Amino acid sequence: MTTTPTVVQPLPRGGMARLVGRGVTDWLPALVVFAVTIGLWEGLIRAFDVQEFLLPKPSAIATTFWDTRGELWSEGWFTFQEAFWGFVLGSGFAILVALVLARWRAVGAAFMPYAIAASAIPIIAFAPITNVWFSPLDKSSKISIVAVLCFFPVMVNTLRGLTSVNPRALELMESYAAGQVQIFRRVRIPTALPFIFTGLKVATVLAMIGAVVGEYFGGALNALGVQILQHARVAQFREAWAGILMACLLGISLYLAVAAIERLTLRWVPSTSE
Amino acid sequence: MSVVEIKDLTKRFDETTALQGIDLEIEPGEFVSLIGPSGCGKSTLLRIIGDLIQPTSGTASVNGKPARQARIDHDYGIVFQDAVLYDWRTVGKNIALPLELARWNRRRRVAKVNEMLDLVELTGFENHHPWQLSGGMQQRVAIARALSFDPSLLLMDEPFGALDEMTRERMNMELLRIWEASRSTVVFVTHSIAEAVFLSTRVVVMSPRPGRISSVITVDLPQPRTATTREEPRFFELVTDVREALHLGHDMEKTPA
Repeated sequence: MTTTPTVVQPLPRGGMARLVGRGVTDWLPALVVFAVTIGLWEGLIRAFDVQEFLLPKPSAIATTFWDTRGELWSEGWFTFQEAFWGFVLGSGFAILVALVLARWRAVGAAFMPYAIAASAIPIIAFAPITNVWFSPLDKSSKISIVAVLCFFPVMVNTLRGLTSVNPRALELMESYAAGQVQIFRRVRIPTALPFIFTGLKVATVLAMIGAVVGEYFGGALNALGVQILQHARVAQFREAWAGILMACLLGISLYLAVAAIERLTLRWVPSTSE
Repeated sequence: MSVVEIKDLTKRFDETTALQGIDLEIEPGEFVSLIGPSGCGKSTLLRIIGDLIQPTSGTASVNGKPARQARIDHDYGIVFQDAVLYDWRTVGKNIALPLELARWNRRRRVAKVNEMLDLVELTGFENHHPWQLSGGMQQRVAIARALSFDPSLLLMDEPFGALDEMTRERMNMELLRIWEASRSTVVFVTHSIAEAVFLSTRVVVMSPRPGRISSVITVDLPQPRTATTREEPRFFELVTDVREALHLGHDMEKTPA
């Protein structure tokens, strides 16, 4: 996870964003890759008789997932709420801070080096500490770690977007005698939107990681991370893998939801409106 | 009353003197070009008139008011080399932006946008996005936006510099037609001698280090200018005059004072 870049150029688009809202023919290559990968996985494990504690068969994981879907869903929902609220709080605060730093440059110049340095800190290492600050059983211990995780990529990207406005566009607003509020509302924020969404998408991935890993350090019994850890400890690998699958599905859902909102919001960007 | 009045104006950026001893008066309805090599301060002078840069000393007034007050009163519209259209706004909404800032109501805005689209011959494109238009069309939108609130003065900073020669000549004709129709005063920064002579009623020749006005040439070509104006002997004489004035300014630079 340390390789996740916190600043990513909004264009060109690709990957998952391209998958949202495209036709069947665009989905087909990805579906073929998926089917081939699962097939190889299943086939190789059968062919070489790989032990289940190393890697269970996809069919075994899928069966376990289906059989325990009730518990998995309630555990997943518990953890997803931590990830979601942490994402909302962290990202919301990040956007507010970026607005303040962009409006008052002196403040921005004073804080930016620390913000960039702080974004390189492995924040997940603080999870045991937040478990002490709040109760490990309480959602707020995970929400706080997720919020801090989400804060930096969103803040850095938003600030980059707010300050990467064409200087001519600002001169133009000045020629209309527009005030700072108008300049932010009509130029800086629209310019920053693609950057903000890039930051938000990075944050969605971090949010699910933060919540699950935070639970590895202790959490409520009905939490997904706690369940994955316990199953792995007692050699119930199929159950552990089913939990991981649930975490993946929830993480991807959050990402796709943000990507869908991005597509609706940024209709004016040439590459999203075709 | 002059539209633009500049008196003994100086602008220094740190060590370099960008403009020195500038005096210039521009009358209503004039089309004045500022021409000179890079570094002669022509764009700086344009920005001082628009109150986007402050002079070090001297005064710039527009319509008899300090430049700052004129900017607040929306006395001028400005067009840059890039169209600087806002990608998230349609063509119509780009043109309406200054009207929104001036708190025009929706009905008046729509009427005015239609009038401006008609003026720059882009009727039917109001719901297009800027990236769907060619460079010349984008620049016409920028001109429509600059004129939407009926400013008495139009400031243009090399507006056609990024266009190819054919488009540029067509845009020159367009601009003269718009100038005629809107009865505004134009201050036009350019690198092109032929463009300056073809468009202007007066050409202000500037020279660099320090930036100053080296000569002012009145263009006595008959109005309205047409495609054949560029082929008249008088056009070539004036082009030669401006070229010689530019070289004279350049030689002055080399001679030690």
